[in-house]
Amino acid sequence: MSLPVHTDDDRRRLLEAVGVSHVDELFSSIPPAIRQVRLDLPAGLTELETRTRVEALSAADTTPDSASFLGAGCYRHFVPAAVRALVSRGEFATAYTPYQPEVSQGTLQHIFEFQTCVCELTGLDVANASLYDGPSALAEAAFMALRLTRREEILVSQGVHPETARVVDTYAGGPGFPVHRLPLDALTGTTVFDCASLSPAIGAVLVQQPNFLGVVEDIPALAEAAHAAGALLVVSVNPSTLGVLEPPGRLGADIVAGDVQVFGNAPSFGGPSAGFMACGTAHIRQIPGRLVGQTTDSEGRRCYTLTLQAREQHIRRAKATSSICSNQALSALAATVHLALLGPDGLRERGEICLKRAHHLHAALCALPGVRPFVTGPFFLEFALALPCPAAEFAQAMRGHGVDPGVPLTRLLLGADAGPSGAGTSPGGLVPEHVLLVAVTEINTPEALDRYVAAARETLAALTPEEPTP
Amino acid sequence: MTIDRTEPLIFDKSLPGHRAVDLPAAGVPETDVSKLLPGVPLRTTPPRLPELAEPQVVRHYTRLSQLNHSVDTGFYPLGSCTMKYNPKVNDEMAALPGFAELHPYQAQSEIQGILRLMYETEQMLLEITGLRRATLQPAAGAHGELTGVLMIKAYHRDHDGTERDTVIVPDSAHGTNLASAAMAGYRVVEIPSSPRGLIDVEALRSNLSERTAAVMMTNPNTLGLFEEDVLQISSLAHEAGALCYYDGANLNAVMGKARPGDMGMDVVHLNLHKTFSTPHGGGGPGAGPVAASATLAPYLPVPLVHRSETDGTFTLDYHRPLSIGRVKGFYGNVSVIVRAYTYLLRMGADGLTRASEDAVLSANYLRARLQGLFPVPHEGPCMHEFVASATAHLAQEVTARDVAKRLLDFGIHPPTIYFPLIVPEALMVEPTETEDLRALDSFVGAMRQIDREAREDPEILRTAPHTTVVGRPDEVQAARHPILRWQA
Repeated sequence: MSLPVHTDDDRRRLLEAVGVSHVDELFSSIPPAIRQVRLDLPAGLTELETRTRVEALSAADTTPDSASFLGAGCYRHFVPAAVRALVSRGEFATAYTPYQPEVSQGTLQHIFEFQTCVCELTGLDVANASLYDGPSALAEAAFMALRLTRREEILVSQGVHPETARVVDTYAGGPGFPVHRLPLDALTGTTVFDCASLSPAIGAVLVQQPNFLGVVEDIPALAEAAHAAGALLVVSVNPSTLGVLEPPGRLGADIVAGDVQVFGNAPSFGGPSAGFMACGTAHIRQIPGRLVGQTTDSEGRRCYTLTLQAREQHIRRAKATSSICSNQALSALAATVHLALLGPDGLRERGEICLKRAHHLHAALCALPGVRPFVTGPFFLEFALALPCPAAEFAQAMRGHGVDPGVPLTRLLLGADAGPSGAGTSPGGLVPEHVLLVAVTEINTPEALDRYVAAARETLAALTPEEPTP
Repeated sequence: MTIDRTEPLIFDKSLPGHRAVDLPAAGVPETDVSKLLPGVPLRTTPPRLPELAEPQVVRHYTRLSQLNHSVDTGFYPLGSCTMKYNPKVNDEMAALPGFAELHPYQAQSEIQGILRLMYETEQMLLEITGLRRATLQPAAGAHGELTGVLMIKAYHRDHDGTERDTVIVPDSAHGTNLASAAMAGYRVVEIPSSPRGLIDVEALRSNLSERTAAVMMTNPNTLGLFEEDVLQISSLAHEAGALCYYDGANLNAVMGKARPGDMGMDVVHLNLHKTFSTPHGGGGPGAGPVAASATLAPYLPVPLVHRSETDGTFTLDYHRPLSIGRVKGFYGNVSVIVRAYTYLLRMGADGLTRASEDAVLSANYLRARLQGLFPVPHEGPCMHEFVASATAHLAQEVTARDVAKRLLDFGIHPPTIYFPLIVPEALMVEPTETEDLRALDSFVGAMRQIDREAREDPEILRTAPHTTVVGRPDEVQAARHPILRWQA
């Protein structure tokens, strides 16, 4: 067990100074009826024993390699060693919220740099210090849009990841904000926005870029439609694409949210990462979460401090813009350091590698018998394939070849995360058991792409024996 | 002359043409980007990210790290935050490739290790809290609160309680309690504390009604006092048809001593980054698991980790028809959970109990040693923290803020100030169990000197700190003319 810091002698001195003979006396305010006798947990272990136990659990998992093509909201990217080295520094990791700015300039300044990076990526003026993750950031953005429009209904594209849509449903369930869905076009996979059928109470329109099927949405058209309806357009964007794609903030999006997992943060079974949110200056008083601002000290030196805190729970209590009290400072730092290492050229190049490799693999797979694109819209680093056999069966067989070929859409849509309002119906209402979602990043080497295609050819031949030609 | 030891912004250090990352070639036949993305608007002006070589990036952030106070560099008795030492083995375990590199959508046969770890973490937290089931999904304490209140709301919706629109909180509550209740669509009623600093049972009784959805409480409360009437409070709430929410921020005081479940609580959030030693990260990531009684367990977010009775394998269980849904993508802040699990294994039953005992003992020690200088308005003993007051120093025009700023010159992070709101000039001190007697005594020494300075040389307090890289920031300027990003 972890050794206590007090020696027996120190403990005696502490008890004496407090004026009690036994530490139990300090717990006398706990009513006897609920006084616990002992915790029913195993005895403590030494550090060595602990390691052995935890390492055995880690070893029981399968660590993905360059032939893993899973994405769907969590992407494996290469993280330079400098990121981990800097983020691991105790001065960053073991500090608390920067409530004492004079001894927190390190944290405050890196958050200010993060805010700047998010503004640069999204094309908007203001970004907060980060939120819990991408999905909860999108839910917060929807609430913010409703406050700004003084409306109560939310419209969510079916191109938004079903888990993210479920988070929006769950948040909206508290105050009872109605949530409606926008369908995807069955052919292209892009969001269909028919203004005519719109409720006048809709204040927030939520889309994802690229969307859940990997398709690049037409942001200018969606913004125009949302604005014509008096609503705000909220875009959840994969920031990995923003060295190549024009930022949503320059295409009419009012609020841009997302997750910086793709910069500097290991997948870590889905968390932690950091959500981000950006908006225009006009909307600054309604943005949730921490903001770091630049100011000067009494000597005129430039410094940073938490600011505009009248929006937040510790000041405004029940009238705060959100109950969020923290941010994800260390995950945001990982992203900032990674972006600083990448620079503008590195960001664009990384995006182009993903894009080119994804298209290469897409073309090679679609040339296999029975494989076709599930939808036809333009895609970036992720795409949906319609297979001639159930995707889950295909994936299992492919893992036998050492290739994890992607996420079967059924895993995300059927039962698993289909919320009460039907987050998970597919274009045209098909049950997409034959659809596989494939993600490609710079981790997936050209050799791994070749292995994928070869294994897929073999697997499909085994799973879908050719009809004898008459 | 003022010496400026601040660090320029990384954007101001940028030198065009430099770069730090080498990337592989795409390695596939070259195609023009615009051909791959037909009709898609492409970026015309690149983002103004910094352009630097790796050594410059590393120096910049290393230098920034040195501008922080942290648990690794000094005493951090910040009340309500439990700034205990974060054992280094926890970080190494979280970085193991079998956890850090795992993708959330891998096949269940490939993730048995992490699912088992999550399941066992849940089981240990249930033993510590005395509750039925727990989710590890919420990312932070306030996120756990929101989750718990949404569960309460869903429960009432299912039990003809839709007219229950009010949540009662004591005036000593964390601001997040009120904000979480409001975010879930509730009206919030604050009730005053008794002169002893506890929930006023009569005030509670007179506010409970058929409109009450829940009572939220922190125990020990934010004054560091155990709510002695907790059983009466939970009975009254339940008799009125309301549920009880327990803010577990202060659980570090009572491990192995008392359990929220035994107190009659229906739902509890824990802060793994407080009680279970995971690093605070400068404000996150933490983790805020939520444990629920049998009444509320069906409403927990999906998925939960299920262990098969027949073969002992672990699966993610989504088939929970009453679940509120989800509050986060995937399954939670898993690397934080790995750290907490490592801590729990290492501490075991005796270690956790000893941690609470030492945390309470050390707080009482500081309380006793400071009593003559910074009196505690509420009778003790305290639990893991206490709230002293600097009102006596107002006569010298010295405030709690001045005391806090002067402490920075001693290399000590100040206590939480001006919270809870019910104590004027509050100084909320939580030493934790990981500070030795020498650290506690040097804090007492610093507070003694500050008390003396308040009488002899108050100006030194009003202008403190004097040794930090910057002095007090101009907060008014920051808020009046917000500069929230670098501009070229």
